Amino acid sequence: MSVENKEFKPTIVAFCCNWCSYAGADLAGSGRMQYPADVKIIRVPCSCRVNPMFILRAFQRGADGVILCGCHPGDCHYSTGNYYTRRRMTMLFDFLDYLGIERGRTRVEWVSAAEGARFASVMNDFVKKVRDLGPNRKITDLRCKPVEKEGE
Amino acid sequence: MQKVAEIAQKRAIQLLNQGAVNRVLGWKKGEFPYDETPAVFASADELKDFVYDSFSSPNLSKYLIEESRKEGKVLAFLKPCDTYSFNQLIKEHRVNRENVYIIGIECGGMIDVVTLKNRGAVGLTGADDDGENITAHTLYGDVKVRKEEVLLEKCQACKGKKHVIYDELIIVNPQDEKPRDRFAGVEAIEAMTPQERFDFWRAQLSKCIRCNACRNICPACSCLQCVFDNPKSGVASKASPDTFEEQLYHIIRAFHVAGRCTDCGECSRVCPQDIPLHLLNRKFIKDMSAFYGEYKAGEDSETRPPLVDFSKDDVEPCIISDKGGDR
Ligand code: SF4
Ligand code: SF4
Ligand code: FES
Repeated sequence: MSVENKEFKPTIVAFCCNWCSYAGADLAGSGRMQYPADVKIIRVPCSCRVNPMFILRAFQRGADGVILCGCHPGDCHYSTGNYYTRRRMTMLFDFLDYLGIERGRTRVEWVSAAEGARFASVMNDFVKKVRDLGPNRKITDLRCKPVEKEGE
Repeated sequence: MQKVAEIAQKRAIQLLNQGAVNRVLGWKKGEFPYDETPAVFASADELKDFVYDSFSSPNLSKYLIEESRKEGKVLAFLKPCDTYSFNQLIKEHRVNRENVYIIGIECGGMIDVVTLKNRGAVGLTGADDDGENITAHTLYGDVKVRKEEVLLEKCQACKGKKHVIYDELIIVNPQDEKPRDRFAGVEAIEAMTPQERFDFWRAQLSKCIRCNACRNICPACSCLQCVFDNPKSGVASKASPDTFEEQLYHIIRAFHVAGRCTDCGECSRVCPQDIPLHLLNRKFIKDMSAFYGEYKAGEDSETRPPLVDFSKDDVEPCIISDKGGDR
């Protein structure tokens, strides 16, 4: 198990808003800052476009962690979108925790277009935390997952 | 209780005869003597079937979405908790307030038939309620139980006997009951370890047969087209083929009513599988009040629900992930 664990590469889905975080990711890329290739970025017009269903779907289809990035509060391109995101995700994350799903698998971060380095460090940190949690088996379509062997 | 029903019936006939309303929304006997069913009565003659007793648990507010759009005024009898649902529907512009004449009706708590049967009242043919005790009449004789012990879950956690909206009241035995504690059940789950919580919900949610009764009864679930009816949504199936879909259905159902759920308790009442759906709804209610200030959906018909509102210094979602403890 320990050997396997070291090899475990979590699948991370990152929803990034077009105006800040996606640009931040771009900057991280053009600045050649390192962050794991397991992070799959999905561009959304605004963080508030992300419906709780998106987060759950990502888990269903195999994500081990889902992170949502938007403009800093006050800086949303649509003025107030991320304020709604903030409430919505706080509620959703606490609810998932209530259902017994590891709370380290979800996160919201505010990353501006100028924060390429921060984007990379946020991703590195999140990936590390999710890697420590191991594969997501609690909220996913288990039929798509390899069988967990006895004693693992 | 008998007396309340008589007064209500008389008053309904009076209002019909005066032409103040042209139909009445109330309850009538269902298939069995204990499944009081919502019904619309259009004449004094039809009103002979009107009943109101300790089995009149159905919340009539949802029916007013359709009824209030029809021609003429409808008289509706609403229990205290039902009035919260109605207020919430006004807030969401789902009912036409002008077309409804509301009589707030006294409520002494409703009986949970399943609990009553489990207490020995099989072959139930009826029951008498003296406020303290229930005398259940059965094919095999009478069974007497303390009312408190056979109340529906929603009544054990009653928000209080105050009607929050009405045109007139029928109250024979005034009660000054304080709202009861609704969150003990949620707190008990919060106190478990994550694995215990997971196991608890896994056991509960896997019982779900996706009959959708909890959604259909819910006054907050008033969408014309529900996401769960959309074959493209991937969650429209009946019994869930995998554990994920069970979670998805229940998370999304509870989330869709978050901030709008008045905790009328109908979902848990109708669930044939006895899944404690109120424990899901109340988690959201509890969290919202904790994070965004005390809020009770349906208490009035104006305040914005927390999820369609914000403040600049709201807590960050990381307070959940950084909670500490195991994971
Ligand atoms: S919750 Fe309260 S008002 Fe509603 S039916 Fe029960 S006792 Fe009556
Ligand atoms: S009423 Fe119960 S069994 Fe039916 S869909 Fe709701 S939770 Fe599932
Ligand atoms: S546009 Fe970035 S959060 Fe709204």
